[in-house]
Amino acid sequence: MRLKNDSDKLKYSNVWVVAEVLSGKIQPVTHELLGAARSLADAKKSKVWAVLLGHNVKEQAQLLIPYGADKVLVVDDSRLSGFSDELEARILVRLIKKYKPEILICGATTRGRALIPRVAVVSECGLTADCTELSIDPVSGDFLQTRPAFGGNIMATIRCPFHRPQMATVRPRVMKAPDADFSRNGEIIFEEVTESDASKIKRILEVFHSDDVAVNLADAQIIISGGRAMKGPEGFKMLGRLAARVGGAVGASRAAVDAGWIPYAHQIGQTGQTVQTKVYISCGISGQIQHLVGMQSCNLIIAIDKDPSTPMMQMADIAVVGDLFEIVPGLTEEIVKL
Amino acid sequence: MKIVVCVKQVPATNDAKIDPETKRIVREGMQAILNPFDTYAVEEAVQLRDKFGGEVIALSMGPEKAALVLREAISVGADRGLLLSDRAFGGSDTWATSYVLSKAIEKIGGVDLVICGKQAIDGDTAQVGPGIAAHLDWMQAACVMEVCDADKDTITVKRMHEDGYDICEMSLPAVVTVVKDINTPRVPTLKGRLASDKSEIPIWKPEDIGAQSSKIGLDGSPTRVVKTAPPPIRNSVTKKITGTSAECVKELIAELRLRSIL
Repeated sequence: MRLKNDSDKLKYSNVWVVAEVLSGKIQPVTHELLGAARSLADAKKSKVWAVLLGHNVKEQAQLLIPYGADKVLVVDDSRLSGFSDELEARILVRLIKKYKPEILICGATTRGRALIPRVAVVSECGLTADCTELSIDPVSGDFLQTRPAFGGNIMATIRCPFHRPQMATVRPRVMKAPDADFSRNGEIIFEEVTESDASKIKRILEVFHSDDVAVNLADAQIIISGGRAMKGPEGFKMLGRLAARVGGAVGASRAAVDAGWIPYAHQIGQTGQTVQTKVYISCGISGQIQHLVGMQSCNLIIAIDKDPSTPMMQMADIAVVGDLFEIVPGLTEEIVKL
Repeated sequence: MKIVVCVKQVPATNDAKIDPETKRIVREGMQAILNPFDTYAVEEAVQLRDKFGGEVIALSMGPEKAALVLREAISVGADRGLLLSDRAFGGSDTWATSYVLSKAIEKIGGVDLVICGKQAIDGDTAQVGPGIAAHLDWMQAACVMEVCDADKDTITVKRMHEDGYDICEMSLPAVVTVVKDINTPRVPTLKGRLASDKSEIPIWKPEDIGAQSSKIGLDGSPTRVVKTAPPPIRNSVTKKITGTSAECVKELIAELRLRSIL
């Protein structure tokens, strides 16, 4: 809501985390956000609330408390078994009106990035996408949200001085998940889906959830990525073996995806996904600008290529000059031995 | 099927250089292009019209030169273009932008489907598509990788998620945002180019769409940019590893251990 005056700010308190549950499992990003919310709530001397929407999620509610939730709002309904943006948005809008959180954060996942803009528009709130830093302005007490824009080439800090709640989606794997503290106490509050929430919603006909961690780029700590130099699908299988060894995901340049060697879900770069992992291992990717904007914010970039003069080899933290068809299997084998 | 495809003019990264010091893109002197994700949105709109009949209207908000990206959409099959351009629209964030676009869509009238690219490559927010759906209270599907089926009342789409996909059916009117996997955009024909050159692009102002002044531009934008800064500078020293493959493996593993990654 747009505030009429400064004292209206006082009507809003607490930091909300919209939890994400897939296949009955709380996603790591939710733990990370609970940690971030804890620091924000401590700075504001307020509480952390988790909001859990789903079907058969009651048992999961208890599991949010050890990570920092003081209260958990649970809506458990069979109509929430698939991802219906309209339904989830209406529930959140209603709960926001009822409980008036000061801040709301959600993972910048495909679902979060579809859902929260809808909530923000209806609630007349500002929203900052894909944040990588969150803090409280010591002067105004406003929520400061920092995000990369233009492929990570500029960092913008945003605030919403005249609207509450203040909303942000936050990139997975950027905030550190706190250690679980099972001695923490919290309260669980149940809410229902109303008839008007559930009117005019999409029908989910089919859900395919892949257990293959190699696909989930957003959740990975390590990405092993290949380009045209992989020569074909076999090359990507070789990367897959290394990825499996280190529990990482497999990425690809647009050239490799367009050649049909690996599905689009693996594409990193301007028309694919943006990733910000701890470690990015580029195998034979020359490093066209459209690829670099999708991965240049990774912490440690390792490039393997025969040609030391490519843009990727130049920008990497570690550049390995050599034959990737020998080095990648060698690495896979040595890591087994460790 | 009456389809509105929302497009944005963005700075190109094709000819960008990397600053050797900061290892970041140098933005100065970049060209303006049609946002890459929007090329898939335009193609999908044109394909759906060719299949079901109707009309494709390309819609953009921006400075007057943004008419260029509307012409580009027309050159590959959009029937006409509409530009929302006025000083009062300037400074709009995603809330205000999606409000302005939704008012224009209402003004166009009788629209069955709005298609947007997943996100623009300058802002990278992916918020405008869902924002339009929210302002209109229409159903939405983001990151659509396939339109499975459609008729005059419904559309069935496949949405891409990090961990797989889902297929959902929505009643029309609705908003979808699309990813690259959905199609292969066509190249404009000479006839298409001529049509786009001749096409009149009307310019709409806030009063033409009945937009409230308190909801557009900076006034209508809840967010404020406090500051912008260059990103943290990457370690500009590249550690080079050379030698036989076995030596490279050994040294790389030592480096990874040194950095507590293994």
